[in-house]
Amino acid sequence: MALNIIVLAKQVPDTHNVGPDAMTPEGTINRAALPAVFNPEDLNALEQALRLKEQFPGSKINVLTMGLPKSAEVVREALYRGADAGYVITDRCLGGADTLATSYTISQAIRKIGDYDIILGGRQAIDGDTAQVGPQVAEKLGLPQVTYAEEILQLDPETKRIVIKRHIDGGVETVETHLPLVVTVNGSAAPCRPRNAKRVMTYKNAASPAEKAPEAQDEFKALCAKKPFLNITTWGAADIEADPQQIGKTGSPTNVKAVKNIVFKAKENRTLTSGDADVENLIVELLNEKIIG
Amino acid sequence: MNNVFVYCELDGKNVCDVSLELLTKGRKLANTLGVQLECICAGADIEGIEKQVMPFGVDRVHIFNDSRLFPYTTQPHSALVCNLFREEKPQICLMGATVIGRDLGPRVSSELHSGLTADCTELEIGDFNMNVGFDENKKPIMKHYTEQLYQIRPAFGGNIVATIVNPEHRPQMATVREGVMKKEILDENYKGEVINHDVAKYVKDDLFDVVKVLDRHVEKAKHNLKGASIIVSGGYGMGSKEGFDMLFELAKELHAEVGASRAAVDAGFVDHDRQIGQTGVTVRPKVYIACGISGQIQHIAGMQDSGIIISINSDPNAPINTIADYVINGTVEEVIPKMIKYYKKNSK
Repeated sequence: MALNIIVLAKQVPDTHNVGPDAMTPEGTINRAALPAVFNPEDLNALEQALRLKEQFPGSKINVLTMGLPKSAEVVREALYRGADAGYVITDRCLGGADTLATSYTISQAIRKIGDYDIILGGRQAIDGDTAQVGPQVAEKLGLPQVTYAEEILQLDPETKRIVIKRHIDGGVETVETHLPLVVTVNGSAAPCRPRNAKRVMTYKNAASPAEKAPEAQDEFKALCAKKPFLNITTWGAADIEADPQQIGKTGSPTNVKAVKNIVFKAKENRTLTSGDADVENLIVELLNEKIIG
Repeated sequence: MNNVFVYCELDGKNVCDVSLELLTKGRKLANTLGVQLECICAGADIEGIEKQVMPFGVDRVHIFNDSRLFPYTTQPHSALVCNLFREEKPQICLMGATVIGRDLGPRVSSELHSGLTADCTELEIGDFNMNVGFDENKKPIMKHYTEQLYQIRPAFGGNIVATIVNPEHRPQMATVREGVMKKEILDENYKGEVINHDVAKYVKDDLFDVVKVLDRHVEKAKHNLKGASIIVSGGYGMGSKEGFDMLFELAKELHAEVGASRAAVDAGFVDHDRQIGQTGVTVRPKVYIACGISGQIQHIAGMQDSGIIISINSDPNAPINTIADYVINGTVEEVIPKMIKYYKKNSK
């Protein structure tokens, strides 16, 4: 029996390389100024999806992302690694969304995709580290959730029963629930397989129309007429029938009041050499003052 | 009504430290706002659990006692929290930024449509001016809000801190990692009200069947970093797993615990659970000996409140030196054996 699998993926700024122009004066993230990568734990989620597809031939993996037009890059990357199709949700009015507005938007897109047995995503994204969108999508769709998953141990498409091993504080837990559900995958799960060279050849021209310059649109349309699989489905807020009150900054309960760089209070310190006398004096001083010992 | 709530996480019949820390913080916030502190304890066989939380100054303890509420599963706990909040209308709700808190918090915030900020490092009360539109001269129209919860958290891998407010939605929800706030008993004899709830009124029976825990395995932590009075901590500069052996030796002499920076953990020198910093444990020992740690912001944020900081580093310009009390310019290979030697010699 085949499964319909949705993988939620996010293109994120590489938070290990952050410059001073990373934030806008309004305190939101200036994504355009940062190198963008496939959110690491979303790759762990993709791997779980690919394993299910191998186990249940005929299964279909749809990758869903929300972001700037260039976030179609993560869909392409997922296609290279074995996903079947992808969706990009992009619209100016979605800007400034917090996790709640984001999860609403994503849940609307999932409703529009319609067929799903299992929705997989990374535990959290490295730009915000919140781990909120997965559970919020589950709540909005009225589905069970299993967070911090490490491995899908059993899945029976007939009975809809699924058994998952998950990380908990200080240990592991095995839980049983039913399809459809939302699973967020932890970084300790199996790493994602690399690109497949043949798939790269097949999908290297796959794109979202939103990525293409106006003058390149006709050429891309002509290409997609011959090879429809190269067209990455692209939706705006209206396409997913999103309530304008629940998306973007308007739909976000949280507001950024201020953003500042971290400055630590410098202390006056004593500088010592690594010589025997200096080290011994320090130890003796700490012992005499009963700081150690 | 409009009180401060803490969701208490239970480890069997015991309230977790992170929740007790949040009760102390919640008490302070409630005092600032002039409201009461309330908490939720939901678990199995937890008669008398109020005794554990009351000394932290809890005015009302909401108890949900049902054999099916432990181990934690998402939907029953989420349902009881949401339904209780619909009655009590809290203005603030705090949870631990644990696996449970980060599973439950977003589910509750989605159902109640309230804002949630993850992994806060500070919580304060203050005012907020929000731009709500523009007048005919295109001047911004500002709306003033008082007594808002400032949810302060690092963002972008710890490079910046953001202050978040949720002016229009209640409760204002925040999660906080263990060790970030300090727990302090307010009064051993503090008397609050105990409310034993009828679980069936809050959680529909079928919610207990959604997710079943088949097996659960929890190990006691191998160390006590949070409670240690001396910590010997190693960074990428330790060079290898073997390099850490000398830290364990020094720690044994000093009766200290061994910690590590994220770089050392990522390099595989030492177990993940020894990581100190924003994404690890926050510590406040009497003495912190930083060995071969350069001192990225995300590390310093997790140890800056230590009593005495000693930095051993071959780079005199390592950022950690600016917050250290003693800086030893030298390699760890040279300095640490000398520390062991002279400690043995002089401690007799």
